[in-house]
Amino acid sequence: MDILVCVKRVPTVGGKITVTPDGQEVDTRMSGFTVSPHEECAVEEAVQITERMGGSVSVLTLGPEVAAEQLRDALALGAGRAVLLETDGREFGPIATAAAIAAEVRAHGYDLVLLGNEASDTGDYQVGIRLAHELGWPVATGIKNLAVSAGSVVARREYRGVEEAYELALPAVVTVKEGINLPRYPSLPGRLRAKRAAIERSSPTWAPEGLRKQALRVPASSKHQATVLGHGPDAVPDLVRVLDELGILP
Amino acid sequence: MTALCLVELDGAEPADASLRAVTLGRSLGDSSLGAIVFADSASVPAAALADYGVTEVYVIEPAALDGYAPQAWARVLAGLAAETGATAVLAAGTDRGNEVLAHLGAITGLPMAANCTLVTPDGGQTHRLVRHRWAGLLLEDAILEAPVALFTVATDSVSPVPADAPAAVQVHVHKPELAEGDLRVRATESAGRAGGVSLGTARVVVGGGRGVGGPDGFAPLEELAGLLGGVVGVSRVVTSEGWRPHQQQVGQTGTKITPELYLACGISGAIQHIAGCAGAKHIIAINTDPGAPILAHADYAVIGDLHQVIPALVAALRAR
Repeated sequence: MDILVCVKRVPTVGGKITVTPDGQEVDTRMSGFTVSPHEECAVEEAVQITERMGGSVSVLTLGPEVAAEQLRDALALGAGRAVLLETDGREFGPIATAAAIAAEVRAHGYDLVLLGNEASDTGDYQVGIRLAHELGWPVATGIKNLAVSAGSVVARREYRGVEEAYELALPAVVTVKEGINLPRYPSLPGRLRAKRAAIERSSPTWAPEGLRKQALRVPASSKHQATVLGHGPDAVPDLVRVLDELGILP
Repeated sequence: MTALCLVELDGAEPADASLRAVTLGRSLGDSSLGAIVFADSASVPAAALADYGVTEVYVIEPAALDGYAPQAWARVLAGLAAETGATAVLAAGTDRGNEVLAHLGAITGLPMAANCTLVTPDGGQTHRLVRHRWAGLLLEDAILEAPVALFTVATDSVSPVPADAPAAVQVHVHKPELAEGDLRVRATESAGRAGGVSLGTARVVVGGGRGVGGPDGFAPLEELAGLLGGVVGVSRVVTSEGWRPHQQQVGQTGTKITPELYLACGISGAIQHIAGCAGAKHIIAINTDPGAPILAHADYAVIGDLHQVIPALVAALRAR
């Protein structure tokens, strides 16, 4: 089973998120970078599948040179090969991103491509699906349980309290969500191997798309300090009164 | 001019998230607002949709296309868009809505803007829009240039508002033409939790975070949720620690909730969590730390240990 996992370098956001003065980027002067939790789980899922069934895990990212850091993180977790689709710093839209990944998939050949359900920064919700259409492969999204056999996968998710199962013939594209597994921590030998590993590089073509960012901004804050009703159990009568006023009580 | 909106059903009624999408669709100002519904025509809530300004309902019956098949649903939308000359096709920003519109984008080669909060025609093939990035922690002002604007509507931002007067509505049974391969991926649904309240649509959510202390601490929260007709939701640390299953997570990588009340107990309020609960109408926090970030997003707070406050609250509610 040869698996490609696609990850994206995004800022680590903690207590607060701010944008640069020109409104074009998240301000990362005070933050590090990571991949989205969905994608950490995609890497873990791929490693688990190949531990069971044999095969290989390759990891791919489309981004600037520094995104090699995220590839090395995935290598440390057990991926064996890394591909950097190196950009010149311009933001690739979902159509160009899918086309660039499709070119790598065609060139190398895989049985399964895993992505996160959505990138945590742009939240476009479509690269995996556009990739599948480019390749003519079946696709399932938002998956939280994946059972792989020789020629097919059964992918499951929950929707409005109902479990949905999708059976896909391989090769296929699957986008996963956090919760599909609990990702492992990298081992020391894994880290050392990742540090030394070679990274394959190519330069995909940027193209303009019909959806164009003008500016990013923090939403007008509904922020207000909460009215403190009191301390400890003594506050309960006031709490019940507020629940009543809000129309919550049956 | 025509806009078409995929409408999902929640039982016999239009789903709340879909009514939000219809509300945004109506704001585009087109003379015709079509709803696309996959259901039996006998059970289509046409009157409820007319209340929200829908003028045409296109029904795809199970005989023509049974169950959920994302690419087939997208093909139906593509066909109806071509037939009606629609200049906008939209859906709720649910898992299904985003999925179907992404397929539609791929089928048509058009851009798709996910999770919009505002869309305004700007002449010709241009729309100006505002959409979520970082699950709504940031807003993106963007321009969408396309012969047909494809977008989804954030489920926790646009309020569902009925039209000033109900529209005169026509129901059409639509026979879709599918392409080869459209049905190769389709959902097999298993029996759901009968009668259960789901996190995404619950009226009251009782949230538990690190302050709950461990997997054994949730019983009082469950009891309180039961008394208030709600459900328990949890923060990311709770699911990463394995204290509760992931489907209970509220946040950027879990569920976005839109209850009347979110009661956040022992939750500090990391922004990834705020992304999931910002759509709550009211937030009340119970926290030992008066400086916890959640207090900046809450309407009311009780400073104290949830292990004391919640049992006292449960007792007070039972005594009423």
